[in-house]
Amino acid sequence: MSVQFWTWLLVGISFALYFGIAIWARAGSTKEFYVAGGGVSPLANGMATAADWMSAASFISMAGIISFAGYDGSVYLMGWTGGYVLLALLLAPYLRKFGKFTVPDFIGDRYYSNTARTVAVFCALIVSFTYVAGQMRGVGIVFSQFLQVDINLGVLIGMTVVLIFSLLGGMKGITYTQVAQYCVLIFAFMVPAFFISLQMTGNIIPQIGMGGKVEGGAFLLDKLDALHTQLGFNEYTSGTKSTWDVFAITLALMTGTAGLPHVIVRFFTVPKVKDARKSAGYALFLIAILYTTAPAISVFSRTNLIETVSETKYSEIPQWFKNWEDTGLISWTDKNGDGKIQYVAGNALDGKKPIFTEDRGTYGERLISNASASAKNELYVDRDIMVLANPEIANLPNWVIGLVAAGGLAAALSTAAGLLLVISTSVSHDLIKKQWRPNISDKGELRAARIAIFVAILIAGYFGINPPGFVAAVVALAFGLAAASFFPAIILGIFDKRMNSKGAVSGMIIGIVLMLFYMMKFKLDMFGGGTSEDWWFGTSPEGFGTIAMCVNIVISFVVSRLTAAPPQDVQDMVESIRIPSGAGEASDH
Amino acid sequence: MDNKQEHATAYWKENLKYLVILLSIWFIVSFGFGIIFREALNEFRLGGFKLGFWFAQQGSIYVFVILIIVYIRLMNKLDKKYGFDE
Repeated sequence: MSVQFWTWLLVGISFALYFGIAIWARAGSTKEFYVAGGGVSPLANGMATAADWMSAASFISMAGIISFAGYDGSVYLMGWTGGYVLLALLLAPYLRKFGKFTVPDFIGDRYYSNTARTVAVFCALIVSFTYVAGQMRGVGIVFSQFLQVDINLGVLIGMTVVLIFSLLGGMKGITYTQVAQYCVLIFAFMVPAFFISLQMTGNIIPQIGMGGKVEGGAFLLDKLDALHTQLGFNEYTSGTKSTWDVFAITLALMTGTAGLPHVIVRFFTVPKVKDARKSAGYALFLIAILYTTAPAISVFSRTNLIETVSETKYSEIPQWFKNWEDTGLISWTDKNGDGKIQYVAGNALDGKKPIFTEDRGTYGERLISNASASAKNELYVDRDIMVLANPEIANLPNWVIGLVAAGGLAAALSTAAGLLLVISTSVSHDLIKKQWRPNISDKGELRAARIAIFVAILIAGYFGINPPGFVAAVVALAFGLAAASFFPAIILGIFDKRMNSKGAVSGMIIGIVLMLFYMMKFKLDMFGGGTSEDWWFGTSPEGFGTIAMCVNIVISFVVSRLTAAPPQDVQDMVESIRIPSGAGEASDH
Repeated sequence: MDNKQEHATAYWKENLKYLVILLSIWFIVSFGFGIIFREALNEFRLGGFKLGFWFAQQGSIYVFVILIIVYIRLMNKLDKKYGFDE
């Protein structure tokens, strides 16, 4: 049976499953809508957190990025898992004990200030919108690649699906669909990995196969290093970034992860403090399955790619190559006229993406107008295709390819739903209920939350269809922002009893502004722009969250010591969140 | 009440001690072995992996999972010891 058939079948079955769960888990109160009634089991919450966390980027792009970055890709692996250690040890248990609905709730109450609450809402909205636009685009891409649907129609289908299960069930519906989505995505990620690991190294476990031997008796990684050196690339296991920059990026991603509102809010949904710790453990374990497999896939696919294309005649290239060339994600220009593909170091193009003319060349290849004259490299490969094309490159059965499509959709949809909920909660709870109309009824607030989610989906869909050019640039910003704002404010709020409103607010504002300034300067070329030569302390914008966070902490500390201590009832509250008993249910009062 | 207050203080102190130990390990395996000392560790091998590379792309993640499991165990015991478990 064809790939098309399997893809439609598997995507159809998984969607039907999500709808079924959404109808079963309808929400009747704000508490059910915001925190799933506070009665989710730790394992279910761990699975939901994992699905919430692993986005289209983790599923589709990460292995590809690592595949091209080698050692440098480690920043994502350590950064996006190590954050959970911080979350489990420094945040989750205490925030659960605090027992409200949202992160701005905590900031607002702990710092007894509506300014603090508003700053927190503002950060939550920026971080979440940045993220969700990328997810919607991801849904569109999966649809267009696998189902030959127009990319915009794909975004619309994705919007409708998310709308239905989040509107009906709120956090409750989202939680249980995310449990299902975790199962789909991890299965879809692992099956091809098992196949390929077995094919290449004779060991079915990819984490072990990555360090195993290939035919001929050499270690796979040594062989890849040798291939890289031979073709003029940097050694795969060495990387090119400076040690300090790798350090800074990793730390910014870790603290950013621990400060992301859609992840933190998940820990409000379990019954007890003990369960919050436990579900953080489950979440990291379930995430680690994918995150330790991804670098193995990177190595397999990188080796496969080089061996398949390097010095191969275009006329003898396998069909998958031509398929991806047709979608514009691969391009080849026969610069030296030998009919073979030279894949060596250097950018094959002038600019980032190939610009195709309508014509075909001597061998039937698609011609491009922006081939670089100076570089010898003839091949352009989009990093995103590594996971999507892997099953084809390795000649896996058609149903595996369909499965990957369903998995990519599950990853994108689950993350989008979690983010949209944070957006709607920020508006209906933190702004309307807590600031503008405190007397609003539970029913009224629930209606406001549903309207907010509807509007948020429309905005997210708009950005999915008309992606602003800066989306890729600002996704890294989301982590830097969370690291520079939420993370210090929350940590200091728990561990420093003396921390007061003035300290935290000035720290957050200066942290965010500094981060925004640096990103705009070096990513968007504002304020005079600058190149990597001009980076402060040799820190890339991706790693700058680390510096902005340190500045935040220092400023918070100094300002708080120069101003009055927080009131006694706030200090008592800090005392009380430090001990786990008596957490009760997540509540409004 | 005073007794409870003392318990809370002692509980918090022990909790902080655990955090310092566990977070030190967290820092050493990732930032230490995986980043700062990776060149030196790459002289050693773990099967087909250079050791520093292994810590950066595999080992640190395994240690993270173990750290959280140990933390959960320690804290559950600590809750019981001071009567804060539910």
